[in-house]
Amino acid sequence: MHQFSGESVEYFIELLFSGLTRGSIYALIALGYTMVYGIIGLINFAHGEMYMIGAFTALIVSSVLSIYGLPLPAILILTALAAATWAAAYGFTVERLAYRPLRNAPRLTPLISAIGMSIFLQNYVLLAQTSDFLPFPALIPDFAWLEPYAAIIGSTDLTILVVAAVVMLLLTLLIKYSRIGKAMRATAQDQKMALLVGVNVDRIISITFVIGSALAAIGGLLIASHIGQINFSIGFIAGIKAFTAAVLGGIGSIPGAVLGSFVLGLTEAFATGYVSSDYEDVFAFSLLVLILIFRPSGLLGKATVEKV
Amino acid sequence: MLTKKDVCQALRTGLWFMFLTFPLLVIKVNPTEQTVSWRWGNMFWVGGMSCLMYLFSRYFTAYRAAKQERLRLGMEQEARSWNLRFLQRPAFVLPLLSTGTLFLLAFPAFFSTYQVNIMITALMYVVLGLGLNIVVGVAGLLDLGYVAFYAVGAYAYALLHLHFDLSFWAALPIGGLLGALFGILLGFPVLRLRGDYLAIVTLGFGEIIRLVLENWSAFSRGPSGIANIPRPGFFGIDLSLEASITYLYYLMIAMVLCTMFVVNRLQHSRIGRAWVALREDDIACQAMGIDKTRTKLTAFALGATWAGMAGVFFAAKTTFVNPASFTFLESAIILCIVVLGGMGSIIGVVAAALLLILLPEYLRTFADYRMLVFGAVLVGMMIFRPQGIISTVRRTYTLNR
Repeated sequence: MHQFSGESVEYFIELLFSGLTRGSIYALIALGYTMVYGIIGLINFAHGEMYMIGAFTALIVSSVLSIYGLPLPAILILTALAAATWAAAYGFTVERLAYRPLRNAPRLTPLISAIGMSIFLQNYVLLAQTSDFLPFPALIPDFAWLEPYAAIIGSTDLTILVVAAVVMLLLTLLIKYSRIGKAMRATAQDQKMALLVGVNVDRIISITFVIGSALAAIGGLLIASHIGQINFSIGFIAGIKAFTAAVLGGIGSIPGAVLGSFVLGLTEAFATGYVSSDYEDVFAFSLLVLILIFRPSGLLGKATVEKV
Repeated sequence: MLTKKDVCQALRTGLWFMFLTFPLLVIKVNPTEQTVSWRWGNMFWVGGMSCLMYLFSRYFTAYRAAKQERLRLGMEQEARSWNLRFLQRPAFVLPLLSTGTLFLLAFPAFFSTYQVNIMITALMYVVLGLGLNIVVGVAGLLDLGYVAFYAVGAYAYALLHLHFDLSFWAALPIGGLLGALFGILLGFPVLRLRGDYLAIVTLGFGEIIRLVLENWSAFSRGPSGIANIPRPGFFGIDLSLEASITYLYYLMIAMVLCTMFVVNRLQHSRIGRAWVALREDDIACQAMGIDKTRTKLTAFALGATWAGMAGVFFAAKTTFVNPASFTFLESAIILCIVVLGGMGSIIGVVAAALLLILLPEYLRTFADYRMLVFGAVLVGMMIFRPQGIISTVRRTYTLNR
């Protein structure tokens, strides 16, 4: 048990920030899940792998650049760009190969295909690179002005919070005000009708996968430089947790995914901080099972009535 | 049948995959020594292969479209698929079945203990595949945490032996019952969920069981597992190691035959038809007066029973259990068996289990690529042949007036 002394407030704040950091990462991945689900109603099981591929690409590119002696800011920007680009390319390709041919198939068919894709991608990275945990370089510099608060929040945590907030804001603006965003919302509402009013549905779906994968890759880059090591299997757990977050908030709803991610991140941080760290993943899975049983429509989702 | 446009597109596909796989396949960094090795060979290999694959898939789709067109114009009769032509002809099936049975029965006499052990594993997957086939194939409930029930059975035997010194034969029904109990416990709250949510909840449940087994050391001895589990006894006679493995092999054969018989009878029973009806259209099914929850629960519990019993066999075969044997990948392999074999098809599942488990064992050079191929098989089957290698034959009834 944790002692309730003068330190407990500081411990609480530390856990709070750790929860918010986790939440931001989950949000970056959960957005991809929720956008894809909103548009084609598919649980994109391979989405966690985009995060893993993003982290691996970041590791490879940053190592190569640092060996060739580029300055740190340039490495950081180029690495982020490369991770987002390649993850987006993988997302696009996976949709074309594994989901598009199954657009009109029964519901479980694309889900099985997605599981297959996830296993395939994990083992592809395992064979192409390594099965060991690889050390990930600390890409984010330590901020000198944050030194006094180092016990509460590190510079990586702060960067994660800020980047996640900026990315989410941009995404909201994109979906609310741009032409693509409008087309995305139209497709999500009614695919046939969107086709009739001249929306290129196939292209919009591709764009959704591209954006979602790029966000997941940014999440992968940030979390990898936070934790300091990566492995081919990190995408599985992260994917399940982000999915939990998306369902918690109400799958298909973008603000819901963000809210759900923060709720999940905070729950995990406090549960591991105050209860036990052995069962870290059990908390997330139990939360998932409980939500799906008691409130499958999520916190912000609307219960849908199926008409026959 | 291939036009110039197709060839251009194939080249573009090749280039795209070369770009796509560039960082992961070509560059390999050694982070401790700070060196980079460039593997350019991989790049051209990927480019060439994806080019060929594209051309092949174009050819395949064009061939299929042409065939559909001929069928539509009535130039060609629809050919029944190969397995229907062969598997429904007694002159073909009987010799096939009898040679197969003879081969399996004589197997331990001609092959080493090592081979027999591999065969036992394969037969175990046959049972698991047939059990999951009830849930996924027949009732259409995608269960991604099937391995949890397998773990329940294995740990039931291990723990019962450890604490109460129970024998294999006492543990076998208990393992099955515990599996069914867990199936009902899990199924009761989650079966009203829609198909894809059900898949994720079962996946979460499977992981919870594994994580609890890993962390609750006082109960399960944690990651180090439980060792020294006895193999099944033969009427109190002490058997040598080889003899007991051979004995286990014959038990496994009996188990497979029993499973096949039960699953076959179940499929054509009243409840089996209710499962298929539920899979096809649950709303229509409810309108016909079928209790949806109870029917689904039966499927879940029966599937879990077989997993529980297979788990007891697993513990007896390896004489050691630990949580690492019950990961999600195991569930994925079993799912792959059902999907490859053809959902709902018993012969298909048996063939697929033997194929998927034995092939990687005998093609050792490709063993590393096993999971890669499994993933690709899941995707490929869904796209090109969702009914599996051997599709089910619905039993037809003729009306005699």
